[in-house]
Amino acid sequence: MTTHDDAIRKALGSTPHPEPAGPFASAMAFAWRGMLKVKHVPEQLLDVTITPVMFLLMFTYIFGGAIAGSTQEYLQYILPGTLVMSVLFTTVYSGVALNTDLTRGVVDRIRTLPIWRPSPLVGALLGDSVRYLVAGTVIIVLGLILGFDPEAGVGGVVAALALVVVFAFGLSWVFTTLGLVMRSPNAVMNAGFMAIFPLTFLSNVFVEPDTLPGALEWFVNVNPISILADASRGLMAGDAQASDILISLGVAAALTAVFLPLTTRLYRSH
Amino acid sequence: MTAQGTPAIEAQGLVKTFGDVRAVDGVDLTVAGGSVYGVLGPNGAGKTTTIRMLATLLRPDGGSARVLGHDIVAEAEQVRRAVSLTGQLASVDEDLTGRENLILLGLLLGLRRGAAKTRAAELLDAFGLEEAAGRLVKNFSGGMRRRLDIAASIVVTPRLMFLDEPTTGLDPRSRNQVWDIVRELQEAGTTILLCTQYLDEADQLADRIAVIDHGTVIAEGTPGQLKASVGSGALKVRLLDPEQRPAAEEVLRRELGHVNLEPDPAALTATCADADRGAFAVAELARSGVRVADFSLGQPSLDEVFLALTGHTAEQTEDAELEEAAA
Repeated sequence: MTTHDDAIRKALGSTPHPEPAGPFASAMAFAWRGMLKVKHVPEQLLDVTITPVMFLLMFTYIFGGAIAGSTQEYLQYILPGTLVMSVLFTTVYSGVALNTDLTRGVVDRIRTLPIWRPSPLVGALLGDSVRYLVAGTVIIVLGLILGFDPEAGVGGVVAALALVVVFAFGLSWVFTTLGLVMRSPNAVMNAGFMAIFPLTFLSNVFVEPDTLPGALEWFVNVNPISILADASRGLMAGDAQASDILISLGVAAALTAVFLPLTTRLYRSH
Repeated sequence: MTAQGTPAIEAQGLVKTFGDVRAVDGVDLTVAGGSVYGVLGPNGAGKTTTIRMLATLLRPDGGSARVLGHDIVAEAEQVRRAVSLTGQLASVDEDLTGRENLILLGLLLGLRRGAAKTRAAELLDAFGLEEAAGRLVKNFSGGMRRRLDIAASIVVTPRLMFLDEPTTGLDPRSRNQVWDIVRELQEAGTTILLCTQYLDEADQLADRIAVIDHGTVIAEGTPGQLKASVGSGALKVRLLDPEQRPAAEEVLRRELGHVNLEPDPAALTATCADADRGAFAVAELARSGVRVADFSLGQPSLDEVFLALTGHTAEQTEDAELEEAAA
């Protein structure tokens, strides 16, 4: 070590004294951290995309004929919904990742840094948004290969993807809250999927609600996931209802407004 | 932060409870600026909890503390600007590379990307990590991880550094490296609060030591004072030939006074408060033809100090495990 002593002395002597990063810069630094993790552990991304890909293939080719008369017609209906499912499944992993972080020592260092308190959380979710984007893109590309034909063209598809990612950003705050109150990453994963799985199936992602019994139909119609799927379908087909888009954005904003402060408070006192 | 000025840390009656366990039960500390201050105690004595309160990670249930003149509760933000923490679990991100860890901290502490990269390279080089820089930290050895951890703490050199058991689980070589780094840090003017359960570590590094047990400080002073509180020093001699022990005993009794025969048939110990007289006694042994295998002159070990203070050795208690679980 003696050979390094001079270098250590020099490094100590040449220490910079910057002002700590502001809220935007620190959030961006944490977003960068999130993206580095995707780079180093790309398998994580595979996990979350594989299930929706399987669903898309299975539903289209096994049930498609029975549900919609032809697989091609069903693909037209199911693809925007599968996009929603694919991206929303990914949000559960934001909670899992946060919970994993808490079991490590690095969180102690982060919490003793002189930075805007929510920035590790906001930054992580911004980084995760890139993951949402990838998950969504995979489904869309697969759909196009299978013959999905978006009438509103590229613009419509991009708009639908953007809307779904924004909604996912809002929803992921629910799972980060869950990530802070549950004991292990596995528990977060189980609880998360226990919630998101039925909510996705009790929506219009796979079937038209008017085939369902009365009470169920009512629930499916008010389920925000149905509204988001409708908006996504509408944007891709070029006949979107403004109300669907606005309600989706409103739900995302409301979730953020409630769960961001909650997550931040839990994170601080953890 | 001069020695005469405000102390770097001033804590009065800090209390933290986890359920029924009073993990920290009225800790007082005064740490002079620029010093290395050792907090010594067995696992679960309350060291980590104390450090976490001082580093603003835990809010105390009672008492108060000022770190570099700032209240740890009311002025936590100012405290965070001046300290850095190297926790018991290495406080670096395992899923990033060594270089990425340092760049990330540079960015968070306010460096621009270019400056953060330069600083990271400088530190990786200084800590002998340049070859491993592109490797994920989860593949680092324990010693490398610790060095990176300390490097991360000085991306912007803090005025005060908390080091929580920096050498636990390290091999002797890595441990020596960490000790060298701590000495360099102190020389550069950083105050260091060092928690350790190793008596020799506190002895080697600390200017002053607080011995902590069951959440309270049971003794405080320089390592020398603590040892002197137990009794005078001793000259320990081991002979090549056990047959010569009676001859050696006679020489030592004449030169030093009280002599103890050890259970080891080749060893004996003489009371010796004065190093000069001890050296002279060893020379006398050689001159009288007694062949010495090894000898040591020393104050009582901190182990003996700990035993004398607490009535038990520095081992983990059941309460301690409870506290760890609660923390």
